[in-house]
Parts: sequence; C-alpha cells; structure tokens
Amino acid sequence: MTGVISPRLALTDISKRYPGVVANDGISLKVFPGEIHALLGENGAGKSTLMKIVYGVTKPDAGTILWENRYQNINSPAEARRLGIGMVFQHFSLFETLTVAENIALALDRRIKPVLLAEQIRDVSVRYGLPIDPRRLVHSMSVGERQRVEIVRCLLQTPKLLIMDEPTSVLTPQAVLTLFETLRRLSAEGCSILYISHKLDEIRALCDTATVLRGGRVSGRAIPAKESNQSLARMMIGADLPECRLMENTIGEVRIGIQRLSLRTEDPFGTTLKDINLAVHSGEIVGIAGVSGNGQKELLAALSGETIVAQPQSVLIDGHPAGRLNPAQRRHLGLSFVPEERLGRGAVPPMSLSYNALLTGSRRGMLRSGIVRKAIMRAFARNVIDLFKVKCNQEYSAASSLSGGNLQKYIVGRETLLQPRAIIVAQPTWGVDVGASMLIRQALIDLRNRGVAVLVISEELEELFMISDRIAVLAQGRLSQPVLLSDTSVEQIGQWMSGQFDTIESEREENELVPA
Amino acid sequence: MNSMVAVITSTVFAATPLIYAALGETVTEKAGMLNLGVEGMMLVGAVTGFAVGIKTGSLTLGLIAAAIAGIAMSLIFAVLTLSLQTNQVATGLALTLFGIGFSAFVGHDYAGMPIPSLPDLHLPGLTDLPVIGPLLFNYDVMVYLCIPLIFAVQWFLTRSHAGLKMRAIGESPSVAHSIGYPVLAVRYYAVMFGGASAGLAGAYLSLAQTPMWVEGMTAGKGWIALALVVFGTWKPLRVVLGALLFGGVTVMQLHAQGFGFSIPSEFLSMLPYVATIVVLVLICRNPKTILLNQPASLGRNFHPTA
Amino acid sequence: MYRLEKRPQPSAVMRVVSPLLAAVAMLVTGFVVFTLLGKDPAQAFYVFFIKPINTSYGFGELLLKASPLILCGLGLALCYRANVWNIGAEGHLTLGAITGGGVALWLGDSTSLFALPLMLLAGALGGAAWGAIPAWLRNRFHTNEILVSLMLVYIAQLLLSYLVHGPWRDPAGYNFPQSKAFGEAELLPMLIQQTRVNGSLVLALVLAGASWFFSEKTFAGFRLQVAGLAPAAAAYAGFSEKRNVWLVMLLSGASAGLAGVCEVAGPIGQLQASISPGYGFAAIIVAWVGRLHPLGVVLGGLLMSLLYLGGEAAQMQLALPSAVTGLFQGVLLFYLLAADIFINYRLRNTATATPPNAAPSSTEAGV
Repeated sequence: MTGVISPRLALTDISKRYPGVVANDGISLKVFPGEIHALLGENGAGKSTLMKIVYGVTKPDAGTILWENRYQNINSPAEARRLGIGMVFQHFSLFETLTVAENIALALDRRIKPVLLAEQIRDVSVRYGLPIDPRRLVHSMSVGERQRVEIVRCLLQTPKLLIMDEPTSVLTPQAVLTLFETLRRLSAEGCSILYISHKLDEIRALCDTATVLRGGRVSGRAIPAKESNQSLARMMIGADLPECRLMENTIGEVRIGIQRLSLRTEDPFGTTLKDINLAVHSGEIVGIAGVSGNGQKELLAALSGETIVAQPQSVLIDGHPAGRLNPAQRRHLGLSFVPEERLGRGAVPPMSLSYNALLTGSRRGMLRSGIVRKAIMRAFARNVIDLFKVKCNQEYSAASSLSGGNLQKYIVGRETLLQPRAIIVAQPTWGVDVGASMLIRQALIDLRNRGVAVLVISEELEELFMISDRIAVLAQGRLSQPVLLSDTSVEQIGQWMSGQFDTIESEREENELVPA
Repeated sequence: MNSMVAVITSTVFAATPLIYAALGETVTEKAGMLNLGVEGMMLVGAVTGFAVGIKTGSLTLGLIAAAIAGIAMSLIFAVLTLSLQTNQVATGLALTLFGIGFSAFVGHDYAGMPIPSLPDLHLPGLTDLPVIGPLLFNYDVMVYLCIPLIFAVQWFLTRSHAGLKMRAIGESPSVAHSIGYPVLAVRYYAVMFGGASAGLAGAYLSLAQTPMWVEGMTAGKGWIALALVVFGTWKPLRVVLGALLFGGVTVMQLHAQGFGFSIPSEFLSMLPYVATIVVLVLICRNPKTILLNQPASLGRNFHPTA
Repeated sequence: MYRLEKRPQPSAVMRVVSPLLAAVAMLVTGFVVFTLLGKDPAQAFYVFFIKPINTSYGFGELLLKASPLILCGLGLALCYRANVWNIGAEGHLTLGAITGGGVALWLGDSTSLFALPLMLLAGALGGAAWGAIPAWLRNRFHTNEILVSLMLVYIAQLLLSYLVHGPWRDPAGYNFPQSKAFGEAELLPMLIQQTRVNGSLVLALVLAGASWFFSEKTFAGFRLQVAGLAPAAAAYAGFSEKRNVWLVMLLSGASAGLAGVCEVAGPIGQLQASISPGYGFAAIIVAWVGRLHPLGVVLGGLLMSLLYLGGEAAQMQLALPSAVTGLFQGVLLFYLLAADIFINYRLRNTATATPPNAAPSSTEAGV
C-alpha cells in the first residue's frame, strides 16, 4: 500500500447469505482510481452477489463499504448512480419495447429534455466509439448493440466506477477487442473499472489487478499480467483447469439432417431462419457457434419439434422426414434434446426428479396402457442420479431444489440414458461450475464415441473448440458451412459470427442427405 | 333525426361506466397487473355509492365513497398479489366472488329503494339548442368528467415520465428493479387507480343509469371492461372507442323493438355477451397483435429477492 | 422481527394445512362479523354452522347441495391443474339442465328405464358442448378462455330464460316461467329415507374416484399437470397444449352439465328460470379449497354446501341476508390464497442469526 492515493472503493468483510447458501463470506477488496480490477471466479463463486451489493441492488448482511474515504450505505441503484457507480449487467437491464433514448432516460436520475438527451447520447457514443441510434427500439438490436446502449447509459452519468458483469459472453471476439479499447480509454480518464469474468485470457489481457473468489471467499489476489492461466485457475478452482480430448473416431451415416430449412418466426422479436443446411453424422460432435439472438432459439425449436416445419424433408432424423412431427414423435425416432432453459422447460420445477424422468422417458417402460409404473420411473431416476453424480436428496427432490449444475447433470443424464441415436444440446454448461461442466462435456464425448450424432449449440467458443469435430456459425438466421476444427481458427469463427460468410452451396449437402 | 340523437346520447350514457372501468384496468394492466376483480369492485362501488348517497342525501359524497370503496377492494388484491405473492388470476376471481357476496350482503336493505338520479347538465341556451343541445350539453357530470380522464390517462401513458416508468415496470419488473425502481409501490398505485375507476363505474350504474341498487346489477359489465382492454390493445383511446361501440350494441338492444324487430328480448340481451366473444376472436386471431401490445409481464408476479 | 423467507422446497405439509388454516380464519371472521352485527356470536355460530346439519334431514340437505358443487368442482380442478382458466361452470351447468331437461320434456310421461340415463347423457353432452366453445376459440383464435367461458354463462342463462318463458313454458302453469314437471321415471332415485339425498351423490363420488385415478395414476393426468406447472416443459416433452385444452374443457363441461341435469331431475323436478344459486361459481372456490385434488374437492364441496345451508338458516333465524353465504365464500378464498404463501415461504425470526451450517453450495449460479 503506497498510502499516497486512497482507494476509490474499499470493501471490508462483506457477507451475504441466502437460504441454504453463503454467497459472500467476509470479502474485502480495494479499487483505485483508473484501475481495471478483475473479479475472477467460476459460476457460483459469489461475484454477481458482490457486485449487486456495490450497486445497491442487494443489501449485505455484514461488512462495510468505503467510497472515496467515506463509509457509505448504498441502499439503492439510484444512490449508487449518484455516487458515480455505473453497472453493465450480464443480462441486460433494457426494456425491449422501448427506444434507446427512453431506456436511457429511465435510468437517469435527472430529467433531461428528449432532444438534449438524444444529442448527449450521440456525443458520448461518438467519443467512445460506441455508435448507437437513440431512436431505435431495443428489440430490433443485436446483443452487441444492446451492450453499447448499456455502456452509453452508464457513461452519460460520468461514472467514477464502472462495473462490468461478464461483458464478453455475448460478444464476438472482434467486438471484445473494441470493448477493451473503450474500457482502456475510460481507465485512462481516471474511471475505475470492476471487471467480472471467468475468462482467464481476457483478464490477463485487460486487467491491472485481480481478486479471485472461490465458494464466496477471497481465494487469491494477483497481478494478472504476471500470472499464467494455470496459476489463475488454481486460485479460482483450486486445481488445474481440466481438459477434454477428442480421440479419432469413425463417422457413420447422417443422423440429423437439415435441408433448406427456412422458417418465418411467429414471435415479433424473433429471428427468421434462412435456408439452413447441415448434416450431423453418427460419431461426431458438430458445434454451432454464434451470439444468441441470431436464430438459435428458432433453430432449436424447429429441430426439437416445438415448432412444426412446413416441409417434412427440412428436418431429417435418422433418415426419416421429421419436419411435421411433434417432439414426442421425434423422440421416438431416437432424438434426445437438452434445452437451454433448464428450470421450466427441461424440467418441471416443483415436480420430483422421478416425475421429471417421466417427462421425456415415458417410452422406456414407464407406462402400461396409459398407467404410470412408478417403480420403473423411480428406478430410472435413481440410475441417472447415480451415473451422473447428481447431488440431491434422492429421486424425491423437487427439480427446483437442485443447483443449476446439478439439474443440468440430471437433464443431460436423463436424455443420455434414453439411448438416443442423435442428441441436440443447447448451452450445455451455461452457468454451471467447472466440475459439472467437465462431467457434462465428457458425457457428450462418450455419446459421440458410442456412435451417437451430437449437435451442440453454444455461445462459449472455448467450449466448442474443446469438444467439436466440426463447427459452424449461426448469424442473423443463416448458418455457415461447417468446417473441421483443424481447418479453422477462433479468429475466422469470430469473423463469421458477425455474419461475414458466404452462404453454402447446398448442392453437395443435399446429395448426401436424401435418404435412399 | 330525433331518434338518431336519442341513440347517440343513450350510447354515451351506456358507455360511460365501461369507459371508467376499462380505463382503470388499462392503467392497472400497463403496470403488469391483471386484476380480474373489476366486476366485484364495480359491485362494491355501486352499493357503496348508493348507500352513502341515500344516507347523506349527497350524490357527490356517494361517488367519492364509491371510489374509496373501489380502492379498498383493489387494496385487498394488491396486498395479496404484491405483498403475499398470490396468483393474480385466482386472486382477481376471488375479488369478484367476494364483491358479489359482499355487495349483496350490504345492499340487502337498500334493494329497491328509490334515489334521485345524477342530474343532467342544463345550460340555458346551449342545452335548449336543437340537436346540438341534447347531443353535447345535456349529460350528467360523470360523462363530462370522463373526457379529462381519458386525455389524462392517454397523456400519462404516452407522454409523461412517470407513465414511462410504469410502462417499463409492466414490461419487465426485474429490469426495473435492477435499475432501482420501486416496482411494488408503483404496482400498488396502478392497482388502486383501477380500483377507484371501477368503483366510480359501479356507482354510475346505481346512481345514474338505473338508478337504484339491484343485486348483481353489473351483469358482466366488469368482465366486458376487461375484454375492452384487450380489444383496445391497451391503448386508452381505442379502449374508449371500444366502450362506445359496446354502448352502441347495448342501445341497439333497447331500440330494436322500436325499429320493429320482433326478436325475443332474451336474444337481444345476449348481444353484448356475444359481441364480447366476437370482438375477442377478431382481436386475438393474430397472436402478434397481442404479443406486440400486451405488457410483457402481465399477470406475472415479481418478488424483489433482497 | 419476522420476515418471509423462501423455502428451498415447497412444503407438502402446508399444502394440506393451508386450507384448514383458511377455514379456521374464516370461522374467526364469522365470529367477528356476527358480533359486529349485534348478534350473539356463539348463538349465531350455532345457527350457521351446526344447527343446519344437526338432524338427519339437515345432513341430507348438506349432501344434496354438495353434489352439484362436487361435480362442478371436479371439472374445474382438472382445468386449473392444466392452467386452463375455465370459470364458466355455471353456464355448463345451465346448458346441461337445458339439454337434459329438454330430453325429459321430449319424453313426456315415458316410463322407460332409459329415460333417466338418456337425460344424464344429454346433460353431460350439453355441458360439454358449451365447454367446447371456449376450447375451440382458444385453440383456434387464441382467445382468453376466462372471458369467453364467463360470457357463455350469461348467454346460457338467457337461453334458459327464453325457453321457460317461451316454447317450453307449461301451458297449464298459470304463465309462470317454468316447464311441465318431469315424470317419475325422469327423476333421480332417492337414496336415504326421510331426506332429499338422491343419486347425484353417488354420481359425484364415483366421478371423484375416477378423477383421482386419472390424475394420480395415468400418463394423461400427468400431462395435464405438467402443462399447468410448466407449459414450456410440456411443449418440450411434446404434450399437445390443444389436446389438453380440449380434454379439460370437455370433461369439466360434461361434469358441470351433469350437475345441471341432476338439479332439474332432482330437487327441482322441472325447468325454471333459475336453477342454481351460483353453484358453478362457488365451485371455483371448491376446487381451490380442495387443492385441485378430488378428495379435497369432495371436502370443499361439503364445506361450501354448509355455507349455503348456514346462509339460509341465518336468513330465517337471525334475520341476516342469505347473501352472507357469498361473503363467507369470498373471504374463505382470500384466506386460502393468503395462507398458501406458507407453502413456498416460511416465517423466520430475523433476530436469531442464520445457522452457520449452511455451507456455500459452489454450484448455485451467482444468486
């Protein structure tokens, strides 16, 4: 401690408990003016809770906050903003049906005439290289553009501390670089930045200092530039980052075929799918990269059967035209499906795990002439719990009582034990801790090795590069040609993610797909 | 000509309670709250307004009391759904059932009693003008109060900062909470506004339209008001237009005999209910219309977990 | 200071306890209301809740009035389980009475053994047809079933009114709006001597049993439950929403229709302008108080029936309006909704610290 400059923000012994979990346990940290300070930790380490405390959304149970050398209770976000604290949320805090200007006006604590406000928005956006149009409706904007709105909204209040919560999870690699430039410029102007992330490379590239959280406690402090990914990972999870490896595998016939799939969306905020072609073979994992909101939801629904497609031939499951089949019928053809949304879609929250097995597993002997055979249903659930090491109080636990990672293990396990011929998995490890992530990824690789066709849709490029044989990109409702992992790079995929790729010659694919 | 004037004035007369109730519910729903208790709040407003009117001899006091009673009813709904997190649909239904029972209970002694109707405006000179006079200058005070109310609600929802905040809360309470808005407080106010309007709507029935207290006298008008909010796609001016259309349907039913139709009166009485269904079908046919206009969090509870 | 805290898992115990809690709270409220009205609360209480069922005739009346409530409540419970907000049981009941009663009038003084079964069938079909309208409109045009089913109540009642004032009016009935009395073969058989309890009770109990079996044991029942608890999960699993809507609306229409025909073929014995004191609406509360569970619906039906009897007794012996029944019904539902909060939340004394054993679960995504 030099003693010359005093910290802008100093947290001492911050604690916060929720029923059944201690989110923050005696956390202390200091942020200095102009410093880019990383808050590093895996999912569930308590980062978001801590930031909500600083921003006044949540009140701590214990501990003190020192802001510019004064003890301060931050009781509301409005108070935080008055102090000069701005926050960019991971899940944006924007209202979709309102315009950019309205959104910004809503978060300003002083009232500005709309005309003046629009001018100010343009000023700030030009100055920091964040082009946005104040009149546009938010729902018509891409995720990256929305983030710009959030940042501009903070900058209009000339913040002294900017909190960024996992800002890069929604950006293409190129957009990440632009964001870093903006942040560096801010820091040069004296604004402190608290940068929350679990991405080690980014933190090493951007941040001056880092505080590492594990299980709600501070598990290390570091100067990231002087650390390696391995040493940071050890602080973060107490071990080296585990890795998965894909062994050579023989590839069989096409199990999931998508041919000339075009789909107009019913949802006014949705994305239209345009001429999508893809073939996923037995024994391979195909990854679909892309920033969400580019048609992922629509493609998944068209594949699972939640949306029916006009042309039966647009979706082929194990060679059978399935476009007009409902999800249960597609499951009958051997398709398994793990949705992005676990609670409420992949599982019925208040129902027990065993009834949640019945949700998709009814065909596995759980019914006799329409009557549920509970013993078989329970046995199936117990089997999933054992094989996938799901932490719970037996099969009677309600799905809602499980943590995100455990529930995802249960759902992946359930879909795996249905012995699929093809499986589609959306965001397999979103919000899941490292241990569960590895188990889930390994399960997918095991399926591939057993000859199942695996299609993974994920926002996490790192993950896709870890487990895919081939990778394609979904952008603005169009799908790029899939490429072998060895033939591409993060940079190329990143470029494609912004929509810069040629649409495919659907000829070759089609010849391959049409069943004999 | 005279019969046309009569049709128009009685249309306005019939539409007035619907306008009050539906505008109130529009505001409530814009904040994301679905209060299905309009029928119950109207009934309690009707009986309260009537009872106070009789006891005090002042119709003004009756109207004020009705608004207060509507607010009190809506507070039951607000406390249950906002503070105790109960299901909005079930709670709204409960409010209606309670309102039916409560108003019948309280109103038992008042049934059939006479009360002077809310007086019509009389501006010497203007009211006596042919056609224009009865068309514009011969309504009661509640009809005239309607007009500023319509424009106030329209301005509040589309132009004011407070209205923007409220719409934002109806759009996404969690986002609003995260940027620091008092979601529950605003929703309380919105529900209370709906309650006051419904109370007035009810009092209009028992103090101006009928005017007397009859058990269950709303006869589904509260529900029709709910349908009007959908029909008007949550836009105040369209909601008012819808109310006028419905007023027209009701009047048609009264005048049909006069025009020489010989349809059993029961079938004519069905008209407003059939019209409600038809209107719902027309407007809901395209799900996009609803998705684009309905407050996104309508009917969903929000609990600030902190 | 106490404050509410979310339970990690919904409490199964509270699911059962909360209706009891609500009933007790309603009784306490009754005490207070009676006192405020200047009645001796103990006596009023006795008149309202005990005296009506003190005699075997009175107890019979309890069962008699409970039957239509149970029949309507069972169907509504199915709807609400599936998240279909049908509130039109009163209309289904009315239409069941019209079609069933219509068959009786058409048969005239038939002595056929098939007369009654035919009437019951017609009543069930009539109710189902009325239930089919909101189902079809919702599935085809996305209309809200709450409003449509309610509008159909008014329409059905006006239709009945037209029929008994017009074409079906008994010519020898001194212009009263009522039909001819049904023949002996068109009336439900009496079950218990010295009471008015009839076959509808058996029907209600059998259907309650069937409904229990359907909800607890069958896959179709499970599908409904999933649709109600998590519509997206039902879509994901491939359970057709439209099929669910059809199923519950037809079943609830049919069972309410049965209630209607049982009323006119039972205690009423003919068609008249008003055939129900709001059973179809009270059944909403019955379904709710009964936790949407068939056994609960039976108990809820009995409780609601007692409220009706109590209201009548209060009118006769306490000079209170019988509308006090409606008041209690509404209050009961409020208390139930409020008590339900303890299913998902519990009271915690914030003065005592949280036990330290709550270890951080490392996978709880950034709360």
